[in-house]
Amino acid sequence: MTARVLAGRIDRALAAAIGCIVVLLVAGALYDRNFLSADYLLQQLQVASFLGIIATGVMLVVLLGHIDLSIPWVVTIGGMMSTAAAGHQGWAGALAIPFAIACGLGIGIANGIGVAYLRVPSMIFTLATNAIAQGLMVVHTSGFAPQDHATPAMHFLAVERSILGIPNAVWVWAAIGAATVVLLGRTRFGRRIYAIGNSERAVFLSRVNVRLVVVACFAISGACSAFAGVLLAGYSTKAYQAMGDPYLLPAIAAVVLGGTSILGGRGSYLGTIAGVVLVTLLQSILSIVQMPEAGRQVIYGAVVILMLLVYGRSAKVVS
Amino acid sequence: MTAVTGPRAQDARYWLASHRGPILAAALFLAMFAVFVTEHPAGLSGNVVNTAANKGALLALVAVAQTIPVLTAGLDLSVGSVFVMTNCLASTVVTGTPREVGLGVALVVVVGVACGALNGLVVVVGRLQPIIATLATGAMYQGIALWLRPAPGGEIDEDFADFVTGSLGDVIPFSIVVLIAAVVVIWVPYRRSVLGRAAYAIGSSEQAAYMSGVPIARAKFLAYVLAGLFAALAGLLLTCVTYSGEANALLGGSYTLSSIAAVVVGGTSLYGGSGGAIGTIFGAFVLRTIGDLLFVFDIDPLSQPLFLGVVLLISVSLGSFRLLRVKKRLDLYR
Repeated sequence: MTARVLAGRIDRALAAAIGCIVVLLVAGALYDRNFLSADYLLQQLQVASFLGIIATGVMLVVLLGHIDLSIPWVVTIGGMMSTAAAGHQGWAGALAIPFAIACGLGIGIANGIGVAYLRVPSMIFTLATNAIAQGLMVVHTSGFAPQDHATPAMHFLAVERSILGIPNAVWVWAAIGAATVVLLGRTRFGRRIYAIGNSERAVFLSRVNVRLVVVACFAISGACSAFAGVLLAGYSTKAYQAMGDPYLLPAIAAVVLGGTSILGGRGSYLGTIAGVVLVTLLQSILSIVQMPEAGRQVIYGAVVILMLLVYGRSAKVVS
Repeated sequence: MTAVTGPRAQDARYWLASHRGPILAAALFLAMFAVFVTEHPAGLSGNVVNTAANKGALLALVAVAQTIPVLTAGLDLSVGSVFVMTNCLASTVVTGTPREVGLGVALVVVVGVACGALNGLVVVVGRLQPIIATLATGAMYQGIALWLRPAPGGEIDEDFADFVTGSLGDVIPFSIVVLIAAVVVIWVPYRRSVLGRAAYAIGSSEQAAYMSGVPIARAKFLAYVLAGLFAALAGLLLTCVTYSGEANALLGGSYTLSSIAAVVVGGTSLYGGSGGAIGTIFGAFVLRTIGDLLFVFDIDPLSQPLFLGVVLLISVSLGSFRLLRVKKRLDLYR
């Protein structure tokens, strides 16, 4: 029974993604025996958890058939606002993490209002909010790297290993992931996300408040990105300009490689997890073999295209 | 439509309605540029116009490259990378004897076309979604740019560069001549060709186009090839402006994103099927003039990115006024 339920959950994309992960692990192990050590793999999971939290929000937005290009500077806002609040004494410093998440939530809500109520294409509206977020941070820091440092709480969440020797960041991702699985599979809200991705009009005709669902998804995406920014700041003890830039493309690639349709309406969170691990391992292997940056980029792009050619092709237009 | 209006008045009204985007963008640009010139300490001098034209033409070429796939309801997120890569290539090959310079220019254009062809193949034959496919090919082109030029540098034939970035008779910037030539020689014949009209048809409804026997595969492929061509022309122009090449990923990314903004400001729908290159060109010049205006009005340099973002947000939100005319709420939803 359990086996059959599990088999039903694993679709072609997920199977292919897992297959690619196994291939990468074997290839890595052939190159260096330490690649399969528990320590190294845990470290990879820790790095993956930052991307995984960002990809969670991206996935919700992509499921709607939209896209969130404001990720880079919302991540940076998360990092910078948390470290800035940490500079204050007393309760403001203690509230560093919630404050940063609230900032991301605010930008996400703005994105959602622009997309749902103003009907501006999400690609261009989130692009504009990204520019505004960048502008705000340049004003905030006067263009320099901020001098503030992460709080002990941020360091604890991002770096330390409290339970079973597994990094806390992985536990955090696991908690967010579990909540997302329940949200998508077990709640009315989750079903509506898939439904909107398939046909917004049909959902509207079913007397569902479509706009509210869209705003909520963008808000979650903003909050996830900002929270990932908090963890990244905790990981490297401080926030810096453009710290979110390297996360936009990998997050979208991870979601799509995990089998979520970029047109919306189709995809599973298990796939996104596999996609995140896949992208992280790929980047890690390319840096281990000491490939120069140029070759790394070419191979990264080529591998993403090859994997998508294997299982990400869209249907042919026939009528 | 009353009975009094004759066919000619109807034609004019139809023409105005179908060209509202480009006309608005052109008017906005002219107004902004007039303010810029009157506020500029040097006034309307050849130098001021030349600098503005070169900056605008760079973005305009990249944005035209973006426009053509967008018309087919696609997207090319690799235009910025092709732009940077051809910049690096041009800083290596466009030098030496006049014959070598000519061959170098030809090589740069051919490489741009080849990049576009690869995008086209992946999208048409590979049937991958353009947004994710060009994201991946863009990473590859960025890698090739780094391989061509690991550190900023290189050189370009100075006579050639000065000619391209100079002004004809100190009045008309040559980059504007290039832009107009590109429109007249490439865009207008393309727009009127079967494959050009096919691009609009695909953008409106790919299924209807398919049922009408429109050559979908060839039209989509050509759209990405032309995108590569225009991006390469922009890369060549950038090399002439900076006299060097640099594999700057941030520059490529910002040009890709600005090109999408220019397409939207110029009145082309991101959902495909309507708009065109001429509106995009004015859209690009509008975006560039915003930066110039911030400069002449002495806005604090630190708050300039914020101003740019706010203006961008307002200009893309202006399209929402069409919502006021929507009569049935169902029409708001896809």
